Amino acid sequence: MTTGDGLAVRAERVSRHYEMGSAVIRAVDDVTLQIRAGEFVALLGSSGSGKSTLLNLMAGLDRPTGGAIFANGRNLSELSSLELARYRSRTVGMVFQSFNLLPRMTLEENVELPLRLAEVDRAERGARVQEALERVHLEKRLTHRPSELSGGEQQRAALARALVNRPTLLFADEPTGNLDSATGESIMLLLKEIQQKLGMTIVMVTHERPLAERFADRIAALADGKLLTDGVKS
Amino acid sequence: MKAGDLGELALRNLREAVLRSSLTTLGVAVGVASLVAWLSLGIGLQALATKRLSNSGLFDTVIVTQRRNAQSMRRAPAESSPAKNARQLDDDAKNELERLPNVVEVYSQVRFPTEVRYDGTPYSTIVAGIPASAHGNGSFDGIQGSFFSGPNADEAILQIEFAKDLSTQPSNLIGKDLVVRYAEREALPPQAGVSPGSSHADADTGGFSIVPREKKLRIVGIIETEPAAGFGGFGSGRLLMPLEVASSLRAAQVNDLRDAVRATNGKAVYPSLTVRAKSASLVQGIEAAIKNMGFGTFSLQDASKSLEVFFRIFDMLLFIFGSLALAVATLGIINTLVMAILERRREIGILKALGAADRDVKNLFFVEASVMGFLGGVLGVGFGWLVGRAVTFGINVYLKRQSLPPTDVFSVPWWLVLMAIVLAVIVSLAAGLYPASRAAKLNPVEALRYE
Repeated sequence: MTTGDGLAVRAERVSRHYEMGSAVIRAVDDVTLQIRAGEFVALLGSSGSGKSTLLNLMAGLDRPTGGAIFANGRNLSELSSLELARYRSRTVGMVFQSFNLLPRMTLEENVELPLRLAEVDRAERGARVQEALERVHLEKRLTHRPSELSGGEQQRAALARALVNRPTLLFADEPTGNLDSATGESIMLLLKEIQQKLGMTIVMVTHERPLAERFADRIAALADGKLLTDGVKS
Repeated sequence: MKAGDLGELALRNLREAVLRSSLTTLGVAVGVASLVAWLSLGIGLQALATKRLSNSGLFDTVIVTQRRNAQSMRRAPAESSPAKNARQLDDDAKNELERLPNVVEVYSQVRFPTEVRYDGTPYSTIVAGIPASAHGNGSFDGIQGSFFSGPNADEAILQIEFAKDLSTQPSNLIGKDLVVRYAEREALPPQAGVSPGSSHADADTGGFSIVPREKKLRIVGIIETEPAAGFGGFGSGRLLMPLEVASSLRAAQVNDLRDAVRATNGKAVYPSLTVRAKSASLVQGIEAAIKNMGFGTFSLQDASKSLEVFFRIFDMLLFIFGSLALAVATLGIINTLVMAILERRREIGILKALGAADRDVKNLFFVEASVMGFLGGVLGVGFGWLVGRAVTFGINVYLKRQSLPPTDVFSVPWWLVLMAIVLAVIVSLAAGLYPASRAAKLNPVEALRYE
């Protein structure tokens, strides 16, 4: 779903400030960014640049202190807590640097979790889990727990979990940060494949410019909470 | 999230922290067990007292007298007219009383002094007539020998103290015969110028004379206690015989002299009648109906009500005392769930990132709390019951050593089981209120950062 003008996400003068005593931390400061549907955008920046904060705002995990973010045709700032949860459940898929799989659950149960939260019928879940795991080539590891998988496999499992609810937006926060370069590349190839095959909009946070230049359609660079450049691929 | 999924996730979480969950559940169980044990003791004691009292016949009976009888011992007020219109307690009245709803039986009290001869020795005592319905009376529970074989059997049951007077080995008296010497009323022909009046069959005569008689009875039983000692029962009777037999003796009773001078319009008049109700709770209505008929009544309803009030307060105190342990268990639940929030902070963040609403997180903690509460409640009821059984066993061992009949002082009715489990769940939910609310409010970004 787009905002009506071919845009999947539109951030308008978005700010996220934190107050720490008398000091104000401007994690994201007056950022305007438009992401087209089906686009693969990399948010590039060094540590503390505000890229993860911006990603969290677009994913509906956090609320901006200024400006507005439009996604799924609605202003996320105006959504209630419940509506925001539904947005995260049905429109957004999230992948994290540290995978964030629940260690006590099997792969199958981890991937099924978003379906439970979205109240998908039990009868439909098995096929959906199978489909998501096949897409990341882990269909034979259903009963394994995360600790029994390699880092790359865990990230693929996390990707399957992010895809299982068939979202239109995929947000990836440093998805290769905990992986060696070869494994990281395989994950990036997978993300690219998903973008191309499913026409999914992907927003990825990374601090690795080469990775961003190789796989993303567009790069938005941030520093100190501000958008420095948008669209430059050197 | 759907209820089934919530339940599955909650059970999984509890299984993951099985030791802590079990200990918390055990804490709830101990609290509930304490509550159940104390309340079942209160209920058991109340049931025991109620059973004993209702068996005694004190609380399910109404004593009916003529209104003027009630005033006969007082000086009549100057302005009051003689009770010319007061109803006679005659056979018509007795029949009418028998037809009242919820009345089981109506009988007159027969109690008279006598001399008992046994083994050639005379003993003075009081004889009381016992209706056949008294067989179910708790006073006859521990009877040595048996109850009367029939309503017209020439048999006697002795009170143990009287039996001890007759023999040093009271149990050897069963099957032996004794002779009761009593004063029989013998009707006299009407006398000119004297108003007819007396009780019973002497009513249409000019009075009665006293003739000594004898009656041979076979001892069939010995009882430990006086049955229904006191008002309205058969108190003071140390030798009991079937009511029909006692009535047929036409023995002179203590009020005969007073009744001899009263006008009874030629009908048999009873000094008083005992009306037995189906249950103690129906006595009040019956008493009102009898008063409407024009008779005086007396029952121990007020005493019964006082007893009920006493036990209600007693139960309430036991509830408060028993609840203390449950209150401590509540703190255990709060502690467990707060610890769970700290441990599962990141997991809560993941759930929220995957689309869990605040209420899903809150419900998850509520379900975990209520599962612990439910299991604790069920276990607690079991423990409480076991405590009751163990204490009852101990009491009965002691009673047996004291040569007393066994008794059950604990009672766990189904409503107590249900109430204890529901209360455990409610208390657990209340305990989960704060942790659940705290978990639901967690900021997902901060929760995901938590290591």
